[in-house]
Amino acid sequence: MTKRKVSGSQAVILSLLEEGVDTIFGYPGGAIMPIYDALYDHDKNVKHILTRHEQGAAHAAEGYAKITGKAGVCFVTSGPGATNLITGIADAMIDSTPLVCITGQVASPLLGTDAFQESDVVGISIPVTKWNYQITTPEEIPEAIAQAFYIAQTGRPGPVLLDITKDAQFGELEFEYKKCRKIRSYVPEPQIDPFKVKEAAEIIDAAKKPMLLFGQGVIIAQAEEELKAFVEKTGIPAAWTLLGLSAMPTDHPLNVGMLGMHGNYGPNLLTNEADVIIAVGMRFDDRVTGKVPAYAPQAKIIHLEVDPSEINKIKRADVAVLGNAKKTLKMLTDNVKPNRHDEWLNRFNECRVIENEKIIHKDLFPEKPGLTMGEVIRIAGDKTNHEAILVTDVGQHQMVASRYFKFRQSRSNVTSGGLGTMGFGLPASMGAQLGAPDRTVIAVIGDGGFQMTIQELGTIAQNKLPVKIIVLNNNFLGMVRQWQQLFFEKRYSFTELQNPDFITIGKGFGIDGHKVTVRDDLEKGIQKMIDHDGPYLLEVVIEKEDNVFPMVPSGASVSDIILEPGTPKG
Amino acid sequence: MKKEYNITVFSENHIGLLTRITIVFTRRKVNIDSLTVSESALPGIYKFTIVINSTEEQVIKIVGQIEKQIDVLKAFYHTNDEMIYQEIALYKVPTEALFENDTIEKVVRNSGARILEIAREYTVIEKTGHKEETQELFEELNKIKVMQFIRSGRVALTRDPIERLSEFLKERDALLESLD
Repeated sequence: MTKRKVSGSQAVILSLLEEGVDTIFGYPGGAIMPIYDALYDHDKNVKHILTRHEQGAAHAAEGYAKITGKAGVCFVTSGPGATNLITGIADAMIDSTPLVCITGQVASPLLGTDAFQESDVVGISIPVTKWNYQITTPEEIPEAIAQAFYIAQTGRPGPVLLDITKDAQFGELEFEYKKCRKIRSYVPEPQIDPFKVKEAAEIIDAAKKPMLLFGQGVIIAQAEEELKAFVEKTGIPAAWTLLGLSAMPTDHPLNVGMLGMHGNYGPNLLTNEADVIIAVGMRFDDRVTGKVPAYAPQAKIIHLEVDPSEINKIKRADVAVLGNAKKTLKMLTDNVKPNRHDEWLNRFNECRVIENEKIIHKDLFPEKPGLTMGEVIRIAGDKTNHEAILVTDVGQHQMVASRYFKFRQSRSNVTSGGLGTMGFGLPASMGAQLGAPDRTVIAVIGDGGFQMTIQELGTIAQNKLPVKIIVLNNNFLGMVRQWQQLFFEKRYSFTELQNPDFITIGKGFGIDGHKVTVRDDLEKGIQKMIDHDGPYLLEVVIEKEDNVFPMVPSGASVSDIILEPGTPKG
Repeated sequence: MKKEYNITVFSENHIGLLTRITIVFTRRKVNIDSLTVSESALPGIYKFTIVINSTEEQVIKIVGQIEKQIDVLKAFYHTNDEMIYQEIALYKVPTEALFENDTIEKVVRNSGARILEIAREYTVIEKTGHKEETQELFEELNKIKVMQFIRSGRVALTRDPIERLSEFLKERDALLESLD
C-alpha cells in the first residue's frame, strides 16, 4: 500500500474501512467533529446510525457484535458523550463482547486543565476495557486502530477504547495501514497441551454420570458443530448458561436445558449428582453455581477455557484444557470413546416431566384469566418458526424468554448477562437487526427496562429498522418485586410503576403498535406484529404478580432449587 | 493463611498500565504494602515489585488478572523465603547530636549503615536492609532525634539460578514467530 497524506480524522475512517467496518453507532459533539466531517465523505462505504443517547450506541454496537462476531464500533464525543458509553462498555467487558469505541477528546494542550467537556475517559474506562489508549498525535492513529481491532476480536473478546484528541484529528500524517497480527505481551489463545486433553478424555471415558455445561465460549470460538459432535459421540447431556443459549438447537435430544438461578430443574438438581462436569467456555458465574461450596463438590471438573485467569477462579478444575474451544473440543472428541448414558440422560427427562407438570405447562398454556409471559414467548417463538433472533432486556421477561423461546441456529440470542443492564434490550435489538438484516429480530422487554432507553424508538424509526418489540407490561419491576415477595415479606418497596401509554408513545415516534390485554387477542396481535412491514411495538399486559420458577434462591445450593414458593426442596 | 508475598510483573512501558495493575488490587480491597517500578535489565521492559499480605489462593488469582492485562508480559509471585530483597532507608539527624556523644556513631557502625552527607544543620544516614532492620535503626536514632525519615519500596531478586524473564521471552518470541 502506498502512503498518502491525510488528516488524522480521515485516517480514522480509512483505518475502519481497512478493518471491514460497515456500521458505526454514534453521536457527534464538539471534540469528535473532525471525525464526523471525514465520515461525511464516506456515507456510501459505511453506515452511521445516530442513536438518541450514547448508551444506546454502545448497546447497539454490542447487539451488532453478538450477531456478527465482528467488533461493534462507536463514535462519541468527549466528556458526557464518553461517560455515557461506560455502562455499555462495562456490559461488553463482563459479557466478552468485542467493541471498538472511539471517543473524541479535547486538544492535547488542554488535557488535564478541566477544559470544556473534558473527562478522563481513559482513566474512567480502565476497569471496564480489555485495553484502552489515548492518541495525541495523528501518526499514532493507524497502528492504534489496528491494535484495537486485534485486541477486541481475538482470544476472549472485549471492549477497547481509543481516545483521540482533537489536534490529533486535525493534524496530518502519511497514511499507511497494516493490520495487527501480533502483540508481544498478548497471547490471545493459549497453546493447547495435548496431555491435558488425554487426561480429560480418560476421565470422561470412565464417567458414569457426566454432564457438559456450555457457555458463550462455544459461540465465540464458532465451535457449535464441534460441541455437537462431542456430545453425540459420548452421549453426554449438555446444559447451557444464559449466554451459551442458541449454541445448540433446543430440540437436540442431548440438550437438557438451562443452568442457573431460573434455569431448568434437571440440570440444576443433577449438577450435584454428576460425577464429571465438563465446562466449555463458561466461567461458573454465581447465577449458575449458587452457593459455591455446595456446587458439585462430588464431581471432577474438566474446564475448557481460552482465558487462563478463569481457571480455578471460582471452581477448582481437576483438569484445565486451555485453548480455543473449536480446537480443544475437536481434540477431545478424537480422544474419547463412543459412549451412551441413556439411564443418566433419562434422569434429566424425568426432571423435565416434573418441571413440565409443576411449572412449564402452566406458564405456556395457562388456564387462569391473566396472561403469562410464557405464553407470549411460546407464540412468538412458534410463529417465527424458531428462526428469529431473540433480544432481551433484564428481569423476569429475560428469564422466561430464555427458557421458552426455542432456537434452531446459533448466534440467535442477544442479552445482557453478567452486568444485568436494564435498558440493554431496545438498543441492542437495533444492532442485531443491522447485523442480520434478513432475519426477524424480536426484542422482548419489560416495562421497566423499556423506559430506560425508550428514546431509541426514534433511532429505530429514523432508520426503518424492522424490529419487533414486545413489551411485557406488568406495571412492576417484576424481578425485584418477586424477590420482595419471596425474601422481603412482600414489602414492595418502590417497585410499582405508573406507566405511560406505550402505544401512543410508539406512534409519536412513528412506530405502529397494538396493546393486547386479553388472551383472545394475543395470537392475532403477535401475528400482526410479525407480518407488519417495519418496526412494530406490541404491548402485552400480563399478570401483575407472576413469578419466575424454578428458582435457586440466592445463596442456596443448586440442588435446593425450588419449583414453587414455600417448597424448601423440589 | 495470610502472609507476605512478592509479586513481580514484567511489562511494556505504557502510560496507564500502573493504574491497570493497581486496580486489580483495589477491586479486591487488597492493600499494597510496597511498590517499586523501574526499567529492567532488558531495555523497554519494566519491572514492578509489589508486596502484599494475603493468602496464596488470592495471590494466584491476582497474578492471573494482572497477567491478563494486554501490556503485561509476565507476572510471578514468591514468598519472602524464595527471594533476596532489600529496602533502602534515609535518616536525617541533627549534626550537633553527633558531636554531643558517640551514640549515633556507634549505632551507625553497629547497624552497617553509612553516612551520606554531612551539613552544618543535619546529617543524612543511609541503611539498606529488611523493613524490620531499617525500622530498628529508626527507633535507635529517634531516641536522639530523627528530623526526617524515608524508606523505599522493596527491590527483590529470586533465589532461582535462571533469569525467568529471559527464558520466558525466548519462548514468547518462538510462539509469536509460529503465528506468522
